[in-house]
Amino acid sequence: MTAPARTAQARPAAEEPVLRRVGRRGLLVEYATAERSEALHAELLRRRAAGTLPPVEEIVPGATTVLLDGFAAPEAARRLAEELPGWHVPPLSGGGTGVVEIPVRYDGPDLADVAALWGVSEDEVARIHAATSFRVAFCGFAPGFGYLTGLEERYHVPRRATPRTRVPVGAVGLAGPYTGVYPRSSPGGWQLIGTAPETVLWDPDRTPAALLAPGTRVRFVPLDAHAGPDGGPSGKQSGEPDTEPSAVRSGRPGAGSALPHTGPDGGRPSGPADPVPDGPGTPRERP
Amino acid sequence: MADGLETVRAGALTTVQDLGRAGYAHLGVPRSGALDPAAHRLANRLVGNPETAATLETTLTGCAVRVLRPAVAVVTGAPCPVSVDGCPAAWGQPVRLPAGAVLDVGTATHGVRSYVAFAGGVDAEPVLGSRATDLLSGLGPAPLTDGSVLRLGAPHPEDRPPTADTAPWAAPPDELVLPVVPGPRDDWFAPEGLRTLRTAGYRVSAASNRIGLRLEGPALARAREGELASEGMPLGAIQVPPEGRPVIFLADHPTTGGYPVIGVVPADALGAAAQAPPGTPVRFTPAAP
Repeated sequence: MTAPARTAQARPAAEEPVLRRVGRRGLLVEYATAERSEALHAELLRRRAAGTLPPVEEIVPGATTVLLDGFAAPEAARRLAEELPGWHVPPLSGGGTGVVEIPVRYDGPDLADVAALWGVSEDEVARIHAATSFRVAFCGFAPGFGYLTGLEERYHVPRRATPRTRVPVGAVGLAGPYTGVYPRSSPGGWQLIGTAPETVLWDPDRTPAALLAPGTRVRFVPLDAHAGPDGGPSGKQSGEPDTEPSAVRSGRPGAGSALPHTGPDGGRPSGPADPVPDGPGTPRERP
Repeated sequence: MADGLETVRAGALTTVQDLGRAGYAHLGVPRSGALDPAAHRLANRLVGNPETAATLETTLTGCAVRVLRPAVAVVTGAPCPVSVDGCPAAWGQPVRLPAGAVLDVGTATHGVRSYVAFAGGVDAEPVLGSRATDLLSGLGPAPLTDGSVLRLGAPHPEDRPPTADTAPWAAPPDELVLPVVPGPRDDWFAPEGLRTLRTAGYRVSAASNRIGLRLEGPALARAREGELASEGMPLGAIQVPPEGRPVIFLADHPTTGGYPVIGVVPADALGAAAQAPPGTPVRFTPAAP
């Protein structure tokens, strides 16, 4: 989708950020495309690491935005809003900090539906999904839940017409442009194509607690269909040193770990998506 | 455990809170923390704790706890009757509790949330640097239940609680007047929607919780249909779902969302919002720049 040089006149508008005030000490930077907002997010992290970004509490990427919230003073937000459009923001490079591999058994209850929507066989769904390079565009919905982009547009699927009241932990789902892995059991409406039985997406006792952070690159590795119930060999997960499959079984109760309903709200009849006044994310994108 | 607290009466909802875990919103982790941070800080100061120590946050009906060792405690936030082993005790002043004494924090006479600080602080296992209970994502210690036990930290040996005769504290207002900074998505609303926000009267809904203050009142007319692509949500965001009634995001709010935010209530005004019981009239005014 790179615009040829001849139509460059249209590009500045598309690449120019729109800056919006957020309260007294925040700023929302919006782009026309996810590519640009993800590139800005990477640039913001670079500047923060280099110490050239004014202190700010939160840098929260969205689908095509980055929220900066909690500057020390309103002037800091105002100054950055003036400077930011003049920044040189390099496009995202393909490289980065390595790839997190998530072993997946492609056995989800919506696999056949997704295969029908894609017009391919179920095996082909697995092959295409596992051959795709994903990137965490942003997080939300629950600690450890990353919205992964990378699937070609022709493979984007709608959410299920009727959300499930319970999606098991580790379920791998698709909705719109996104793929995601449920970090714990919850209600959900994404189309489930598989299960990631070995990967602990969220463990507050681990550093880092979240396996997936915005910008993390992800690949799904098909598990041997003939492997045992736990999905076979664990050596396939090479992304981070601290993602031993053993943590799946040692998830600490009461800490919002990968175990279903172990948090303080575990005894409540509603899942984590329910107490939200209006739901995390759009109906389209909420997993 | 023998030197901590035992819950005699958990009340409607009593949680452990501190100043929260800001800085993890990009991972989907709400900041959480005391909904009325000023009352939480005052409670800690009155028993000689750092402001980061954990307190108990009650909801409307208070709570009762038995201390399993001698302790000094104070109740701030929503005013309420306080008693020790059935004898009236001061609200807003440190109280000495002998081992085995039951501190009863009664139903709020004004406001919603009382804060109970103990010298040494409530000692729960920190998660991402905070002991706060986050009801959206389930991080931190579980809400108190009858019979549940919490540890207490050791008070600083040289610290004596200050003996303030009075700790001045404004009562929760009868009408909640909230300043608003417009945006970031005020352009999603029709001019009459923005006018409605500035002029209409709302009421706090009984469906409010630590995640959001829900409001009842006229719907805010939108200029455009559809949903936003998910974007980061700040504390104090006035999010407007399709049916049009605004929700003000409090400490346990989701970190991203897809409904437009018409304006943001600055954080220093949210303590009052957290103390507004259901039915409280609400008005919005332009925030001073």
